[in-house]
Amino acid sequence: MISLAHYIVFGTVLFCISVAGIFINRKNVIVLLMAIELMLLAVNTNFIAFSRFIGDPAGQVFVFFIMTVAAAESAIGLAILTLLFRNRRTINVAELDDLRG
Amino acid sequence: MSIELLAFYLFASVAVVAALGVISLRNPVHAVLSLVLTFFSIACVWLLLDAEFLALALVVVYVGAVMVLFLFVVMMLDIKVAATREGFIRFLPVGIAVALVMLLEMLALIGVRAMRVAPPADPAIANGMANIQWLGQALYTRFLLPFEVAALILTVGLVAAVALTLRRREGVRHQDAARQSQARARDRVRLVSMPAERNEEPRS
Repeated sequence: MISLAHYIVFGTVLFCISVAGIFINRKNVIVLLMAIELMLLAVNTNFIAFSRFIGDPAGQVFVFFIMTVAAAESAIGLAILTLLFRNRRTINVAELDDLRG
Repeated sequence: MSIELLAFYLFASVAVVAALGVISLRNPVHAVLSLVLTFFSIACVWLLLDAEFLALALVVVYVGAVMVLFLFVVMMLDIKVAATREGFIRFLPVGIAVALVMLLEMLALIGVRAMRVAPPADPAIANGMANIQWLGQALYTRFLLPFEVAALILTVGLVAAVALTLRRREGVRHQDAARQSQARARDRVRLVSMPAERNEEPRS
């Protein structure tokens, strides 16, 4: 029997892995974007697990919307990334300080 | 240990190992491929949760579209791996410490012991429907307005992505469709009426 605790712990472990990824890869925008995708996926797993165990479709509908927004977000994020690379020839976050006052 | 539990442990461990690969692999292309493996394993976990539609949507939308987009971008950009790896070793202990502390805090906060409940019967089957029908009935009645807004968000994302990356290059000849369709024959061709002339052949 797979209890609710299994899924929740699984989602938590994935979430913490992606937080660690954001910490140790803070120079690379692509890995940062991928860590954010992983984070959203961990949250989606929690949503689906609770939806299944409570018996309410609202959780799964919410996952549907999260996936929509995440797809739009990654499309815009990658567009910004290509624009950034075209102008600056780098994707190193530390060198992107144009907005510094 | 039932076969379901075995399958859960298999998919969950593959997902966790692949997720560790995403954040630690040196080559960005390998990291993206590792993320694809993570998505596949998590889709399998969602199948165990009887969320068939979302599991398939994850494979189609993420693996089929978003990850291919990631791969395109990673392969198009000339990324210097060494520059982006600097600070990796320095931040590694901090990252691991933060992640571990967060994990322990979250597990203590959630109260894992209280959640060792057996899953109830599949709510969709209990209502006499398949999962996709169950989801669709909620989506097109209670959540109709958010559904339309989601479509709008996708459109905005599409327009924004194109508008961001569009650029006018100098010295390239573009086709102007508006001017082409406005062209009229009378602007270009002038018909001149003139009398026919006799072709006088030279006498031999």
